[in-house]
Amino acid sequence: MSGATATLAGHGGSVSSRYEDSSATREPTWVKWTLVTISLSFFSFFLLLPLFAVFTEALRKGWDVYWAALVEPDALSAIKLTLIAAAIAVPLNLVFGVAAAWSISKFQFPGKQFLITLIDLPFSVSPVVAGLIYVLIFGRQGWIGGWLMDHDIKILFAIPGIVLATTFVTFPFIARELIPLMEAQGKEEEEASIVLGATGLQTFWHVTLPNIKWGLIYGVILCNARAMGEFGAVSVVSGHIRGETNTMPLHVEILYNEYQFAAAFAVASLLALLALLTLAVKTFVEWQAGKSNNQSDKEE
Amino acid sequence: MSIQVKNINKRFGDFVALDNVSLDFPTGELTALLGPSGCGKTTLLRVIAGLEFADSGNVLLEGEDASDTHVRERNVGFVFQHYALFRHMNVFDNVAYGLRMKPRKTRPAETEIKRKVHDLLNLVQLDWLADRFPSQLSGGQRQRIALARALAVEPRVLLLDEPFGALDAKVRKELRQWLRRLHDELHVTSIFVTHDQEEALEVSDRVVLMNHGKVEQIGTAQQVVETPATPFVSEFLDLRDHGPEWLIAAKLRHRGFELKQATTDRSAA
Repeated sequence: MSGATATLAGHGGSVSSRYEDSSATREPTWVKWTLVTISLSFFSFFLLLPLFAVFTEALRKGWDVYWAALVEPDALSAIKLTLIAAAIAVPLNLVFGVAAAWSISKFQFPGKQFLITLIDLPFSVSPVVAGLIYVLIFGRQGWIGGWLMDHDIKILFAIPGIVLATTFVTFPFIARELIPLMEAQGKEEEEASIVLGATGLQTFWHVTLPNIKWGLIYGVILCNARAMGEFGAVSVVSGHIRGETNTMPLHVEILYNEYQFAAAFAVASLLALLALLTLAVKTFVEWQAGKSNNQSDKEE
Repeated sequence: MSIQVKNINKRFGDFVALDNVSLDFPTGELTALLGPSGCGKTTLLRVIAGLEFADSGNVLLEGEDASDTHVRERNVGFVFQHYALFRHMNVFDNVAYGLRMKPRKTRPAETEIKRKVHDLLNLVQLDWLADRFPSQLSGGQRQRIALARALAVEPRVLLLDEPFGALDAKVRKELRQWLRRLHDELHVTSIFVTHDQEEALEVSDRVVLMNHGKVEQIGTAQQVVETPATPFVSEFLDLRDHGPEWLIAAKLRHRGFELKQATTDRSAA
């Protein structure tokens, strides 16, 4: 889902041209075009068509309705909440992700394999279950729900719950991106830096960070996209209070259930735009990462 | 500066990398650690640098016990087999790195750093590459830059881990002669690890032969060739594997040695 894509992307062109250049690996023309046709039509039918539909439906009743749906207070509040949740969850996962990737790729310790498995947990567990975990812990009948009530701390059905659920679901993105990258780079450059008298922090800042830069940015983009789009886990802990605990995906659902299709699609189109923007940035990052990968390849 | 190691032991799991190794590296000498792969030579070098810690035994730098000193404080220069240049920095920044990372109090001014880096780049004859990135250099050039980078912090000792191992044969030969001349100029105590007999004999003042984590023989090129101390040494140094004997003899003579016994033995046989 993540790891290989960033590193492979840069080589895409050269690998495929290598295959086509060699008569040993070249397939007959009909195979090539059948495969290309299948993937392209699948792609258009399942991805492009819905994307197109979102924007047509959103603009069906004209720009005025579209705009009105976006500046309506509940919609604004949903946008704001989504941004807040992402603004907290992404930096948190940035720190956790780098720390986890660092410890896994640079240290030997008992329970390392367990930690790697644990990082993947949010990918393998249903988001609804992730939300329910927090209900179990913080809910009124939950483990520490009573204590929280006594101290008037609201986590469930409030912003903290939404942030927690978002952080949980988006945790693997950055760590998963960095681990293979850091493992591939090894620790020689860090050793060289330390021998030259640099402190651990200097080494991290001047050597490690520049080397993982593109992988890190790539992970942040994916993490952010998922944080803003997360539905299941957030839905369980949010409580769906309009204008208070609704994020954009939840707001879309509510509007849709109330048959306000144009408004629902209008908000959905914002999320779609975010996805397109993510893709654009991602493509740029992959291109950059590809360039620096090619450089380091030559170094070997 | 002199280096001493005393009773160094190091295991990796069941594998004994260093078995009670004690050695003396006198000031200003260029010593080769020679042996087959897995004999513990690289581990010993890394223990001296402080990149690896021995299970027991001491490392003495200038008679001072450095076993508990952090790598950062040991002030050693280390050259890696695969160069380990910082790939995102150009050549100038790579060489300047050690100076720039010094604490503010001891850090030289930027103009001073600039002068020093250019001096070093001139020393390794690559000043014209200052703006290039490591990926734009050939292997031999990279290794010379790595050496300049290690020398920038004025290390008390220079440790080279198979410095020419990743280079092709021709560049390797050029570079080792160059390293020898450089050492004659700088006279910094140096240890280099190699599995190449010819390289060790040609470049070093003294050769330390190692096998299975133990020292088999210590001596000049002439001594180890003429009077191998153990069957392992005579087998490992077997000159028949390394081209015509006169070539080796000529090389050793170039380093001021006479290769008497080996040649006479062979002609008698």
